[in-house]
Amino acid sequence: MLRSMFAAVLAVAVILPAATAAAGPIEDRQAIMKGNGRDTKMGGEMLKGVVPFDAAVANKILANYAAAAKAFPAHFPANSKTGGDTEASSAIWTMPADWKIATDKFQKDTAAAAALKPTDAATFGKAFGMVTANCKTCHEGFRIKKN
Amino acid sequence: MQRLLASLVLLGAVGASAAWLVTAPQPLPADVVAQAPGDAQRGARILHVGGCASCHAAKGAKGADRLKLGGGAVLATAFGAFQPPNISPSPDGIAGWSLADFDNAMRRGISPDGRHYYPAFPYTSYARMTAGDVADLFAYLGTLPAVAGEPAAGAIKFPFNIRRGIGLWKRLYLDTGPVARLPATAPAQVRAGQYLVEGPGHCGECHTPRDIFGGLDRARWLQGAPDAEGKGRVPGILPARLKWSAAEIADYLKTGFTPDYDSVGGSMVEVQANMAQLPEADRTAIAAYLKAVTP
Repeated sequence: MLRSMFAAVLAVAVILPAATAAAGPIEDRQAIMKGNGRDTKMGGEMLKGVVPFDAAVANKILANYAAAAKAFPAHFPANSKTGGDTEASSAIWTMPADWKIATDKFQKDTAAAAALKPTDAATFGKAFGMVTANCKTCHEGFRIKKN
Repeated sequence: MQRLLASLVLLGAVGASAAWLVTAPQPLPADVVAQAPGDAQRGARILHVGGCASCHAAKGAKGADRLKLGGGAVLATAFGAFQPPNISPSPDGIAGWSLADFDNAMRRGISPDGRHYYPAFPYTSYARMTAGDVADLFAYLGTLPAVAGEPAAGAIKFPFNIRRGIGLWKRLYLDTGPVARLPATAPAQVRAGQYLVEGPGHCGECHTPRDIFGGLDRARWLQGAPDAEGKGRVPGILPARLKWSAAEIADYLKTGFTPDYDSVGGSMVEVQANMAQLPEADRTAIAAYLKAVTP
């Protein structure tokens, strides 16, 4: 009972795609990353056993990742380099080829992870790892922490 | 008048020789310098703690390529551009070095030909390493692939390009004692963490702000600093700024994820990759120290 309640709560939480208010590219891309963070926390807690594994939730997380990766690169127009406490590095615009490699890889890996359609925690762990390996490589060169 | 001139010249000469003397390299005494043989197997751990590959391997190198230490990317700072040299066991690297040469480089910042190294090479932290760890690291470096070629020299700005001046700088900032004062009752784990953080791990080199001469401001030890390359800020990692539990700190060093599942970024990506290679006990010790330090 408790288990299904957990799952229901989780499902409601993840079913909502990252809120994409039409406020501007900086806000939009931040909202996408916020959604990724929320999904990653949920996935990580499932894999750690903090919350029970739920295949529906797991697959929703992977689908969210793929959608986020697909939408993400469109939110970096040249007029959004600064402002709105963006943590985007100028390297996104000065090294466009490297940026494209990184975002292409993110799209490819998230699509492949979603295609695994995990039904158990081990497979989800594999898919989750494929996606999250992208976090640090991209944040190494393309995000600058301000605090 | 002539006498005055003569005394001025004499004074100048005395001043110059005094300056020459105080800026002279101070090699390690014979009873302190590391003794062979080191244990190469144990040295692998020291390589990861020390983060050697982060600067001396090619930028973005992965897997086995991280052990090819031919010299990496330039560190572009306000003092100038520092080029990490070749430290692989090749004639272009440290093949001809003795253990004493290596130890004087690591713990005194002196090259085999008696010049001062720039403290972009964090010998101010490495100076706190044990002789045994230095010997082990040297033995391990000798087993790594030899890489040919010397990277081009860096470009240091005046007056920092006067290497001899570093001798004076060292008198101010090269201090082998511990930084944080721990209570006498501090557990062994916290002390082990202190050694790793303040010594080989050289965490303070980025997480502590520097004064105008580029020395660490110990009054603000590990309290966060502007990034040396001008890219944002390096966060404070003491409890006043970092609210994570010891377990969460250790987990971050292992996985690269914060408690909120944000990911490691910037130069810390390299550091975390190194930390992930360590035994769990080392990450736990680092976390225990970071929780125990009171500014």
